[in-house]
Amino acid sequence: MSIIAKNLSKTFDGGKTYALKNVNLTIQQGELIAIIGLSGAGKSTFLRAINGTNPAGTGDLQVLGVNVPQLKTSQLVGLRKQIGFIFQQFNLVKNLTVLQNVLVGRIAYAPLWRSLTGIYSQEDKSIAKKALDSVGLEGRYYDKARNLSGGQQQRVAIARALVQEPKIILADEPMASLDPKLSEVVIEMLENINRERNITVIVNIHVLSLAKKYAKRMIAFRKGEVVFDGPPSELTDEKVEAIYHVDKKAMDEL
Amino acid sequence: MKRELKKIDLPPPKPFSLSTMVGYFVILVLIALSYWSGIAVEFSLSRLIEGLPYMADFLSRMWPPDLTVLDRVWKETLLTVQLAWVATVISLFLSLPVGFLAASNVFESKALRSAVIFFLNADRAIDALIVALFFVSAVGLGPFPGTLALAIHSVGMLGKLFADAIEAIDRGPVEALESAGAGKLATIRWAIWPQVAPHFISFFLFRFELNIRVAVVLGLVGAGGIGFLLTQYMRLFQYQKLATVVLVILVLVMVVDFFSARLRKAVL
Ligand SMILES: Nc1ncnc2c1ncn2[C@@H]1O[C@H](COP(=O)(O)OP(=O)(O)OP(=O)(O)O)[C@@H](O)[C@H]1O
Ligand SMILES: [Mg+2]
Repeated sequence: MSIIAKNLSKTFDGGKTYALKNVNLTIQQGELIAIIGLSGAGKSTFLRAINGTNPAGTGDLQVLGVNVPQLKTSQLVGLRKQIGFIFQQFNLVKNLTVLQNVLVGRIAYAPLWRSLTGIYSQEDKSIAKKALDSVGLEGRYYDKARNLSGGQQQRVAIARALVQEPKIILADEPMASLDPKLSEVVIEMLENINRERNITVIVNIHVLSLAKKYAKRMIAFRKGEVVFDGPPSELTDEKVEAIYHVDKKAMDEL
Repeated sequence: MKRELKKIDLPPPKPFSLSTMVGYFVILVLIALSYWSGIAVEFSLSRLIEGLPYMADFLSRMWPPDLTVLDRVWKETLLTVQLAWVATVISLFLSLPVGFLAASNVFESKALRSAVIFFLNADRAIDALIVALFFVSAVGLGPFPGTLALAIHSVGMLGKLFADAIEAIDRGPVEALESAGAGKLATIRWAIWPQVAPHFISFFLFRFELNIRVAVVLGLVGAGGIGFLLTQYMRLFQYQKLATVVLVILVLVMVVDFFSARLRKAVL
């Protein structure tokens, strides 16, 4: 079992609005899941709960056999190295090289002196280079990250997640900063990774058509609650309407 | 839209509204304050005018500069620059941890941060000369207490600049490092350091430039170097040698300004 959430709730402003509300989910190892929902529905909060980068809420969240809300900071490190995270804004260190950025994914595996000096083992370096080759960036190892296009930067970020040799990859709107064609490249890559390496992949996505095309299971959040959980074929137009419906009151508030 | 219409509806301001009255009053108070303080410092235009011939005399005695002392002046100048350099390097090493501790986005501990920020503020408020007095009483006269004083004094500014630069970083890489299971030190090393290092170099050079000027002044009060030479020639009424010192200081400051500005542009 990859992830089990039981009555998981999370509030930010002292209990008034729920970012996550009574979430109950079971996710098996190797699933490819798309998470959809309006802005503010709780998609990012859910992903950040899984790797513990958000302060814990209430309820249980078993990830790879440990209960995340109960972990101490030192234990979180052990969990996070098994979970790759891909961001909308890529989050590369822009004035480091492509290879150095990918090696960030090996830091949790390297002894402290290596991780601080940046003198990585030959093995780590060859893992990183292989990962870059697999995302089509061979020969760009020593370019500065800032000199890459958005699509290339996101592929570096994918390579960075891959070298963690993760069990789970979480991607928070990884295509939102890319044009439609590059979006498709990114999600195809994630699908390949999921299929070939049996890595659980959870993608927050706001392009419904892409989600339906690639995901085998879709989960929709609305105001922190899970309002849909099933295969894309079951996601009817009425259900989509219910997920994305913006009520009059909310519109007035905007 | 509504707001704009309201603005047009406003009546024209009255010639003597309350705010203009307050304005005149403030100006009056400022004039009174200046007059009062002027008396305190015995400001006197007539004395200044009477003094003009002496100034001219002073300047004429400096001419022509006695260049035979250039060797000695050069040696003392070097000492001043060395003092400034050592002080700035020490302050750099002190300011690095201090800067990271003072930045709000690196460590959680609020108490430690407040303490460090308090130290930085206090340090900046106390002039290098006063810090120097403290070290002179501890280790005696000479360039060493001057160096220590300048080093400690510089932390106030450098530490603050470092902390501000750290707070201005892009948070994204930090999130990426933390998500990959990197510890605090590795996160600082790879997510924060690459973003701030060029700024740190620039601040360091800027502080070095300032410290050369402060080191000259510290020399006047006994820290050695070119400042000390200046007081010596002054005391012995050797105005032509004094002129050489002044010229060299002028050239030194200009040269340092020039190269420091270039270097700082190059690193940023
Ligand atoms: N750090 C935070 N502090 C306060 N409130 C937060 C924080 N993070 C999220 N929230 C709130 O929690 C709710 C869920 O936010 P979340 O970012 O998870 O939504 P999302 O579904 O990812 O939206 P988007 O599509 O815009 O990324 C929102 O109401 C948001 O305002
Ligand atoms: Mg989000």
